[in-house]
Amino acid sequence: MSGAVGTRISEILEDREAVLGRWVELVTEGVRGRITEREVRTELGELYGLVQRELADGDESAAGELRAALQEISRSRARQGFSPSETAVSVFALKQAVHERIGAAGEETAYAQFIAFSGYVDELGLMTFETYSATREQVIADQAEQLLELATPVVKLWDGILGVPLVGTLDSARTQVVMETLLQMLVDTGSQFAVIDITGVPAVDTEVAQHLLKTVMAARLMGTECVISGIRPQIAQTIVTLGIEFGDIVTKASLADALAYALAASGVRLVEGAGA
Amino acid sequence: MTAPPQEPVPITSGDDVVRVRQAVRTAAAAAGLSLVDQTKIVTAASELARNTLVYGGGGHARVERVTDARGRAGVRIAFGDDGPGIPDIDLALTEGWTSGSGLGLGLTGARRLTDEFHLDTEVGGGTTVTVTKWAR
Ligand SMILES: Nc1ncnc2c1ncn2[C@@H]1O[C@H](COP(=O)(O)OP(=O)(O)OP(=O)(O)O)[C@@H](O)[C@H]1O
Ligand SMILES: [Mg+2]
Repeated sequence: MSGAVGTRISEILEDREAVLGRWVELVTEGVRGRITEREVRTELGELYGLVQRELADGDESAAGELRAALQEISRSRARQGFSPSETAVSVFALKQAVHERIGAAGEETAYAQFIAFSGYVDELGLMTFETYSATREQVIADQAEQLLELATPVVKLWDGILGVPLVGTLDSARTQVVMETLLQMLVDTGSQFAVIDITGVPAVDTEVAQHLLKTVMAARLMGTECVISGIRPQIAQTIVTLGIEFGDIVTKASLADALAYALAASGVRLVEGAGA
Repeated sequence: MTAPPQEPVPITSGDDVVRVRQAVRTAAAAAGLSLVDQTKIVTAASELARNTLVYGGGGHARVERVTDARGRAGVRIAFGDDGPGIPDIDLALTEGWTSGSGLGLGLTGARRLTDEFHLDTEVGGGTTVTVTKWAR
């Protein structure tokens, strides 16, 4: 690639101050304050040096470094919320910066070589595009994962009492996360009670019930008693009609009832404040 | 008298079971079922959809709003699959019996949760389960 671009372009690139300066200017206009001119200058300055090295000496290691640097920029732009075309356009702007210099000199050879150079820069720009998509996919996957975890928090309600408020559909993947988080918290806190609140679960069928039972059994093996709370009237009726038995698992209508039960069972006495 | 039938919902994954549940919830609310009855029909549908997926090897659900001769509104759901069928219906309808690793409560539970329950099955010829719940 580098050999085809030609020496005139390399010569133009020699005037680093002018060409890089113009490139930075063009890109800074485009990013509209989301990153500072200094940051742009640092990023592009690195790319510029690598482009020069690759084009002038056909330097293989420079080519590799250039690709790595482009990926890095692309990744950080993706995380800053830039669109993929904005990132690619930043790279393409180098063409304009160089083209303006040729315009100033106005020579045939340079124009001919510019076409090859233009193709070269296009390739670099497209590379950022690919990295960008890969990064965005990763970001989205991370967010989905975080949502899963967010929807299944395990909180400390009291010394020795954990709360697990479940919201939404309790499928196998969710149950796995709940169970792991809960068991880890049990290890970390040595809690004696866990209140699993299902107020936010829209329907309890045999699958959900089985998952709940499994979680309760696993906690039991670690010496923790689980209380299930938040069983709304319509869910209670459905569970009974379905024939599901929760055996000797304590169930309470509300989270408050469950907490009161766990507090009493752990010997905590709540007294009305004297000032009230 | 029947509202225009909806497109059947394919059941090929766990996500589809959730989709069936949502379609049934919407139809049940639109038919004017009480919150308790909505929850019952949604739970029954959840059981039957999962059986279609797990034992029937996938299939589809047709959710429709229906009206009986006296003008009462309701929801009817037909689950169909081309799976292995059920060799012993009485056994399958025995509370607590499962050929897999379930609780064995799905079919009997679905029958009790609904007003009408029809099971059509043939070994090697697939299974169809139709349930209906009427508004009170
Ligand atoms: N669509 C189907 N095709 C073939 N076999 C079925 C089908 N539906 C149910 N069965 C058979 O009937 C049995 C009982 O079903 P049921 O839904 O009552 O219990 P389960 O699915 O085994 O457990 P649970 O529903 O409680 O999790 C199943 O174990 C299976 O052998
Ligand atoms: Mg079942």
